[in-house]
Amino acid sequence: MTEMAHGTVIVQPGEAILSRWWRTVDRVTLTCIFILFAIGLLLGFAASPPLAERNGLMPFHYVLRQGVFGMMALSVMLVVSMLSPTQLRRLGVLGFFAAFLAVAMLPVFGTDFGKGATRWFSLGFVSVQPSEFLKPVFVILCAWLMAASQELNGPPGKTFSFIVAVCTVGFLATQPDFGQSALIIAAWSTLYFVAGAPMILLTGCIGLVVAGGVVAYSSSEHFARRIDGFLNPEVDPTTQMGFATNAIREGGFFGAGVNEGQVKWSLPDAHTDFIIAVAAEEYGLILVWIIIGLFALITVRSLFRLMRERDPFIRLAGTGLITLFGLQAFINLGVAVRVLPAKGMTLPFVSYGGSSLIAMGILVGMLLCFTRTRPQGEIGDMLRRR
Amino acid sequence: MTDDRREIGDTHGQTPEAEPFERRTPLRPLARILRARDRGQNPDAIERENIRSRHESMRDTLRARAETRLFVVGMAFFIGFLVVAVRMGAIASTEAEEPRIADNSGASITAARADIVDRSGRVLATNLITNALYAQPHHMIDPVAAAEGLGRIFPDLDVEDLQKRFTGNRKFLWIKRNISPEQQQAVHDLGEPGLLFGPREMRLYPNGRLAAHVLGGAGYGREGVRAAEVVGRAGIEKSFDAYLRDPINEGKPLELSLDLTIQHTVEEVLDGGMRLLNAKGASAILMDIHTGEVISIASLPDYDPNARPGPVQGTDPSLDPTFNRAVQGVYELGSTFKIFPVAQAMELGMVAPETIIDIKGPIRVGGFRIRDYRNYGNELSVSDIIVKSSNIGTARIAMEIGPERQQDFLRRLGFFEPTDFELIESATGRPLLPNPWRTVNTMTISYGHGLSASPLHLAAAYASTLNGGTLIKPTLLRQDGPQNGERLISEEVSAATREMLRDVVVSEKGTASMARMPLYTVGGKTGTADKPNPRGGYYEDKVITNFASVFPALDPKYVLVVTLDEPEDRTGPEPRRTAGWTAVPVAAAIISRVAPLLGLRPDIEPSGAFALPVAAN
Repeated sequence: MTEMAHGTVIVQPGEAILSRWWRTVDRVTLTCIFILFAIGLLLGFAASPPLAERNGLMPFHYVLRQGVFGMMALSVMLVVSMLSPTQLRRLGVLGFFAAFLAVAMLPVFGTDFGKGATRWFSLGFVSVQPSEFLKPVFVILCAWLMAASQELNGPPGKTFSFIVAVCTVGFLATQPDFGQSALIIAAWSTLYFVAGAPMILLTGCIGLVVAGGVVAYSSSEHFARRIDGFLNPEVDPTTQMGFATNAIREGGFFGAGVNEGQVKWSLPDAHTDFIIAVAAEEYGLILVWIIIGLFALITVRSLFRLMRERDPFIRLAGTGLITLFGLQAFINLGVAVRVLPAKGMTLPFVSYGGSSLIAMGILVGMLLCFTRTRPQGEIGDMLRRR
Repeated sequence: MTDDRREIGDTHGQTPEAEPFERRTPLRPLARILRARDRGQNPDAIERENIRSRHESMRDTLRARAETRLFVVGMAFFIGFLVVAVRMGAIASTEAEEPRIADNSGASITAARADIVDRSGRVLATNLITNALYAQPHHMIDPVAAAEGLGRIFPDLDVEDLQKRFTGNRKFLWIKRNISPEQQQAVHDLGEPGLLFGPREMRLYPNGRLAAHVLGGAGYGREGVRAAEVVGRAGIEKSFDAYLRDPINEGKPLELSLDLTIQHTVEEVLDGGMRLLNAKGASAILMDIHTGEVISIASLPDYDPNARPGPVQGTDPSLDPTFNRAVQGVYELGSTFKIFPVAQAMELGMVAPETIIDIKGPIRVGGFRIRDYRNYGNELSVSDIIVKSSNIGTARIAMEIGPERQQDFLRRLGFFEPTDFELIESATGRPLLPNPWRTVNTMTISYGHGLSASPLHLAAAYASTLNGGTLIKPTLLRQDGPQNGERLISEEVSAATREMLRDVVVSEKGTASMARMPLYTVGGKTGTADKPNPRGGYYEDKVITNFASVFPALDPKYVLVVTLDEPEDRTGPEPRRTAGWTAVPVAAAIISRVAPLLGLRPDIEPSGAFALPVAAN
């Protein structure tokens, strides 16, 4: 009767959310993210005072901001990682349309902060770069479309996702923001590759790139000079990369010492794009190797966890997200050591930046959600195959 | 577009009864359908079941492929991060360079330039630390006021032009190459952060115009904000530029053969003589005839090497103050040449000083007439040919010698090539030779016409002839001993030549009687050459006069060659232009002042009651 009057007692199926989350989440990656954030704060103490001084603020103003935004980002990350993949997929697809709209509105409402590229919405206390938020949700949408195409009688999801990718890149390129465009293209390509791109297409692409490179190198003097200049070990010390290279040399293995660095005074982007140069100069190669190791660990570990995943959507979405994360870190680090040509890109969780930090929190939260341990039907396999 | 998808992971768990993988199973296998119909079951269930299992197997292939590809992606990332880490290590383990502000900062410029000193170590050229003034307009607070302030400090600056440049887009511009400490302080007091000083060295010639043509001057090569390269512009600074800049020679000054005091005396007397005789240019070379060291070399007009003037365009190069007459200027040197055919003829044994030569003239050859300045009669001894300077006599001697042997002797004396002198300009002092070398040339060259050479050539040839007969090459570097060059003529011929030159001065009829002086004995030969008119022929009233002298005459040590360009002694009723009236008195004045400075003991002339046997000297 009680039940008839008050309804049945609601009993959660399975265990509580938090304990289930803690049991299934990739705790190693989670720890790595926290360490990276801590290193970012530490480097912020070194790298941001010159900026604060230029803007007439307290020396550690930006460290404080970074701390506040970092807490927000980490909270967002934890919350997102507790959602279910289905919820994420639905929110992500909706989020994509919202973010895409925001990017499309940039030419009308955006500001360029005098940097020549309209990429930001100024909200007074903080500036938001919508393309940062667009990246993870773009991956969700494409993963969903590609996974759907793998269903029997599914839609032509790969074609749809290709169209979406072209539109997105088109909008980003007009800002212009070639760094984010390159990331979007790379993420889509990785998705397509993992979703089963035909072998002929892959070999054809590689062949085209190689042949095109050879032809361009031998026929275009301009192109050849660019390449030669890039391969040349001598670096013009007046460029940003020259300063970065010198800073790394200055630091050596154990660093010049806390607050002994000079590069932060000469590089305008020392607190964002070239934070690794500051790390190398003040704390030396050891810390740099630790940072690189953390990024490599997160990336490779997440990919290996995704290898076990059987759900195509989760596998693809996770792959896309980790590609965005790992590639952004790799590009940032590679620019500082001239493995790659200069491209403005922040180092996830380490570089200063409010909206990019929160966007990265969302991205890694989704990643953590997708890499959570789930039953993969291995018992069914065993029973079936006997 | 798709159905509301199930939780795929869960469906996996709920398919324990799934059939083993069979790829070619048709979706509706007829046998099973019929059997199911017999049993009254719905045959569509079989089809659905088959579709599901086919989907399952397709998914398995895709998953296997995805696993491989994920592994590839993971390895790619791992290798990428590894490359970055290795590269970091490689860069960190290399030596750190000093970070440079700008490419032109001058970190690679080695500044220390060696000093130049005279033979006793007195400084002729040294370096002074100074500052260059440059501007970085983008750091300026008030560019307009800065330009006005600079205009007050440096009146030579154009304030409006500076304002224009300060307010333009330039990020860097030089304002002054070097400034004094007082000026620096005044610029400091402007308090403008966009005006900056670049430390550098400047070349300083503390003696001003002294030995200007030897030192030449220096300027800046590559300029940076931390240093600037001092580069030799002319003279010894240019010819020894690499040596002076070589850091290995830092603290080791370049020792020249010049003597500062004597150089000053020579220049002073020469300048006075040039003005008194209304000449437009003059040069003097004082040279040690045994070592070849040039003790003094002067060319007037001169300039201040601290502020070397630019080249004069479009006019006569001899009006250019930077033109070194002694080294670069090639002139017909006139009768001073007569000593060479005479010495050669004596060396060949064709004549002796007393041999009588027929001087009936004029000689007609190839449309020219060769005659003497005055009629000296029908015949003269060889010695008197030199004393009275008979063109006909030397022409006859030269014809006896013949053109081949004449050319050979002159070539060995160095008249066919530029001198090897250590000034950069000496390469341009290339003698002008007749081509072809006709009979008339053999004759005229014997008395110094038709062949142009620099006064330095003449000084070297005189030194070679008079020092006992061995070849001397002039040098500007301090030497330790005699050169002992190739023998050109014998000791005896050299001594006989010296006697003749002495006679030119002491003889009653000699052309250089004004070179007689009470305490020092001088020998020498005058030369007066008409200047060639650029329009053809020769000027009637423009001459180059030379006096090639040697002293002390009995035991010669030094050769002095004085050359005056267009001198004119206007003190008499008629203008006098011959060397005896112009170059000789100037040379005599130089010798009388220089000889004591050279440490020469006064010669007591063996004459009268105090006559000493020659052997006693």
